Amino acid sequence: MIYLRHILDHLRKDLRLEWRSRDSINGMLFFALLVVVIFGLTFDPTSYPTTTRQIAGGILWVALLFASITALNQTWTRELRNQVLEAQRMAPSPPSALFLGKVIANMLFVLVVEAVLAPIFIVFFNLHVLGNAWLLLLILPLGTWALVVNGTFFAALGLRARNRELLLPLLLLPISLPALLAMVQATTGLMTAELDSIQINTWIKQLAGYDIVFTTIGILLFETVLNAE
Amino acid sequence: MEQRTPTLRNVAWLWFGIAIAVLVVGFRQAIFLTPADAAQGDVGRIFYYHVPIAMLSLLFPYINFAASLTYLFWRSRDPLKALTADALALASAEVAVVYSSICLVTGMIWGRVAWNIWWTWDARLTSMLILWLLYVSYLMLRRFSSTGQSQTLAAVLGIFAAVDVPIVYMSIRWWRTQHPAPVFGGGANSGMDKSMLPGFFWNLAGWAIWGVLILLFRFALERRRQLAEQEAALHAIEASLETPQ
Repeated sequence: MIYLRHILDHLRKDLRLEWRSRDSINGMLFFALLVVVIFGLTFDPTSYPTTTRQIAGGILWVALLFASITALNQTWTRELRNQVLEAQRMAPSPPSALFLGKVIANMLFVLVVEAVLAPIFIVFFNLHVLGNAWLLLLILPLGTWALVVNGTFFAALGLRARNRELLLPLLLLPISLPALLAMVQATTGLMTAELDSIQINTWIKQLAGYDIVFTTIGILLFETVLNAE
Repeated sequence: MEQRTPTLRNVAWLWFGIAIAVLVVGFRQAIFLTPADAAQGDVGRIFYYHVPIAMLSLLFPYINFAASLTYLFWRSRDPLKALTADALALASAEVAVVYSSICLVTGMIWGRVAWNIWWTWDARLTSMLILWLLYVSYLMLRRFSSTGQSQTLAAVLGIFAAVDVPIVYMSIRWWRTQHPAPVFGGGANSGMDKSMLPGFFWNLAGWAIWGVLILLFRFALERRRQLAEQEAALHAIEASLETPQ
């Protein structure tokens, strides 16, 4: 219970910080919007509805992935100001609570972005989802968690590196490739209704398995990363 | 420095000689003695290089994983031993990148001739590519992070990469499969013709001995660099103590 309260404290602090500046949500939202517009301009989605359905899932996730990288780069830099991170290291609360609080906060930010972006995306790409669209409510959070949990971890890992802005995508993208494959396949399967429900379920299960495995390692190894000197 | 003993040097030269000798025998077996492949002709001989190297490139990440875990275990208990583990982790990651690069290149050459395409997003090719990407990103992290903490961060990333490899393998297998089914243990008709075995095993042994040689060579080099760094730090401390106040 105490552990949960620690997580909630960290989460509340991060939400309050974000509420005061709204930097990362605004930045992510505009960035994702730009990616969607650029893909829209290059592919002309309204003229080719079938092709659009096949590539829309990939474009949506690529936009979200790049947008969340821009925000994740900032997520720990906030803590560097005024030596807050040093204070966190000395605090009696377990470091993994700090990590989980941060992950949940980032997850909420990206979910807000998704909630705003999804209608815009459907309008711009003139999408008609052929499969069971409600399953997206399961795929989106699972996929977002996979991106955010590793992203938050690697942002902390690269925090003191020489060019951390560049390092985060270099580390995050290779590790996330299986998760990216699962979420794009599941989303595309829903949009085109070409995959049967058993296959989509398997992709969702793989995504959930990926989430569980990497959340566990992140929690176990975060203390090592935080205190790496 | 402790590593520069003549015995060690002689052993290294002997090892080098054995590696070259076994590779020569393997070359003779694979290129001259084995009959040409029934379906592919002489092109199929790249098999004797591509497959052993692919198998070995899956071995070195395990060494990296074990060394990374050892490093984290020893990090606070015995920092000097931990540095040895770190040197082994670095060396094995570099050899893994070298071997998987050779595997990818020989595979592309073979694919160009056999399938008429350089690359296809098939299961084994994609998972090997992702393996390569993971260990290149490991080396990138080592290059970018500042010296004091790069070993710890690299060890953490090594663990992440090692955990990711089986997940990649399973999910890509789910995704698609053009590459031939596993040669060993892949069902009733799998396995090689007897005439292929000597060429295959000589090359497997030769490239394994060679891989261990460059692994140890790189390890010794990294150890030497670490020892030189420690010595320089020691000298700096001594010099600062001698300065009159």
